[in-house]
Amino acid sequence: MTTAAGKRHSAARVDALDVQRVRADFPALHQTVHGQPLVYLDNAATTQKPRQVIETLDRYYRSDNANVHRGVHALSERATAAYETAREKVRKFLNAPSVQEIVFVRGTTEGINLVAQSWGRTNLRPDDEVVITETEHHSNIVPWQMLCGQTGAQLRIVPVENNGVLSAEGYAQILGRRTRLVAVSHCSNALGTINPVKRMISQAHEVGALVLVDGAQAVAHLPVDVRDLDCDFYAFSGHKLYGPTGIGVLYAKRALLQEMPPYQGGGEMVKHVSFDRTSYLDPPLRFEAGTPDIAGAIGLGAAIDYVDALGSEAIGRHEQELLMLATAAISRIPGLRIIGTAPEKTGILSFVLDGVHAHDVGTILDMQGVAVRVGHHCAMPVMQRYCVPATARASFALYNTREEVDALVAGIYRAKEVFG
Amino acid sequence: MTADLRSLYEEVILDHNRNPRNFQYAPPGANHVAHGYNPLCGDEFTVSLRLENGVVTDIGFEGAGCAISTASASLMTEIVKGKTVEEARALFESVHGLLTSEGSGGPMGKLQVLAGVREYPARVKCATLAWHTLQAALRKEQGTVSTE
Ligand SMILES: Cc1ncc(COP(=O)(O)O)c(C=O)c1O
Repeated sequence: MTTAAGKRHSAARVDALDVQRVRADFPALHQTVHGQPLVYLDNAATTQKPRQVIETLDRYYRSDNANVHRGVHALSERATAAYETAREKVRKFLNAPSVQEIVFVRGTTEGINLVAQSWGRTNLRPDDEVVITETEHHSNIVPWQMLCGQTGAQLRIVPVENNGVLSAEGYAQILGRRTRLVAVSHCSNALGTINPVKRMISQAHEVGALVLVDGAQAVAHLPVDVRDLDCDFYAFSGHKLYGPTGIGVLYAKRALLQEMPPYQGGGEMVKHVSFDRTSYLDPPLRFEAGTPDIAGAIGLGAAIDYVDALGSEAIGRHEQELLMLATAAISRIPGLRIIGTAPEKTGILSFVLDGVHAHDVGTILDMQGVAVRVGHHCAMPVMQRYCVPATARASFALYNTREEVDALVAGIYRAKEVFG
Repeated sequence: MTADLRSLYEEVILDHNRNPRNFQYAPPGANHVAHGYNPLCGDEFTVSLRLENGVVTDIGFEGAGCAISTASASLMTEIVKGKTVEEARALFESVHGLLTSEGSGGPMGKLQVLAGVREYPARVKCATLAWHTLQAALRKEQGTVSTE
């Protein structure tokens, strides 16, 4: 495939990431916390932003700010062009066939809710089945529960094995005549598992079901090609991809979007309004009621440029190296248990420490400048599955270093010392 | 340990976390029970007590939580035992004041070790969880609360 080859080519050009040069692009990384240099390992929650993104937002507000799709004046035309250019960047990033398939939303959560409320409410009947997995983020559980409540459809849950891999057998058993939609994360935020979505999609298609992929934890870490995956919907958030908060993307196949009713009503999404009858615009604008996050979309475009210049594969390789290093080092810590040991993972390390609650680990790490997430990671069913109240989670991004892995490991030893 | 860490994880707190008092214990004849849960972090406690003539004659707690919430619950059960409902409520107010604003309004005794938590806003809820649960237990009418 041409794009895959293209990506491989760019990865070869930047064979290894020049981490120090990359770090210089991220102003927030250069600070101290509690007197210690910041070690930011909470990237699965949100990533820091490079100056290229920050400057794009600044420039937009300083010189181009205007509403989009509704002015004849110069600023509005510039803003509209920049907004639509960002849409094209997203299309290319996902290798989607058409910009009409790229809907700007607030984030992954809104993208999933849009599909549930627009496609789901129109198409689901009582006793139809929606399939999700035991490892989903709450935002890929709750919208489907709500939809099932509204339509009488049933929710089916694919179980996960002890190591964090979805049960292939369980999935095959659950799929059937009644399955209308499968909603699965590309990568699990609590366990790091990279799910075999391509295979899962083709299995779902065989029984005539559609598939939504929650790409929140994938887009920043591995190349995504929606054409190759053949997914029907793909949602992600800009803020986990070095872009601004408040902007995200829903990709949906054009034929589906064409048939879907609006998600919200308002300006910007209509062709003609009268009190008798209102007609709607074609996708994607049909699904973008109201003034969108124009700056956010343009900022996301800048983030995609940034990631593209480094190459998804080079980024992925760098993060894998950190993951391997960190996994080896923390596995040696007595009393530490890693939750999520799938063979294929993104740079996410969830763990629990005997006798030390995750919150205390988090606070002690924070005192040493190391930022991790502690808690249930918006995946309470995962915590129940592994019988832990909470975990600590370190997650890596393109700007993290080996020294930062050392700081994490030292911090965990310190926590053991305090509670020894 | 750095000075900062010591101000949070005082020896008393570490001790009460390691060996929580009245833990995994429900007093015989407990007639007031409440369940406390912090959905943000998953800390979960049940506080059970026996109230006789307006006095907390026995109290215990069950569940799981971090060091701060466990130690705070443990200290609470020690201090509240033998106190009247009014005294227990006053203690709750003092602890709340100690954790959320300057000054606690009165000598706090051992509870003073919780003062360090004030510097960690994300952890204040951990320290107050057991106390809120106690409040809820005290509010409930005798007989209407399951003692199972
Ligand atoms: C796997 C997964 N899905 C969905 C989300 C929700 O993303 P957002 O809060 O940006 O809508 C997240 C973010 O935490 C996530 O990790």
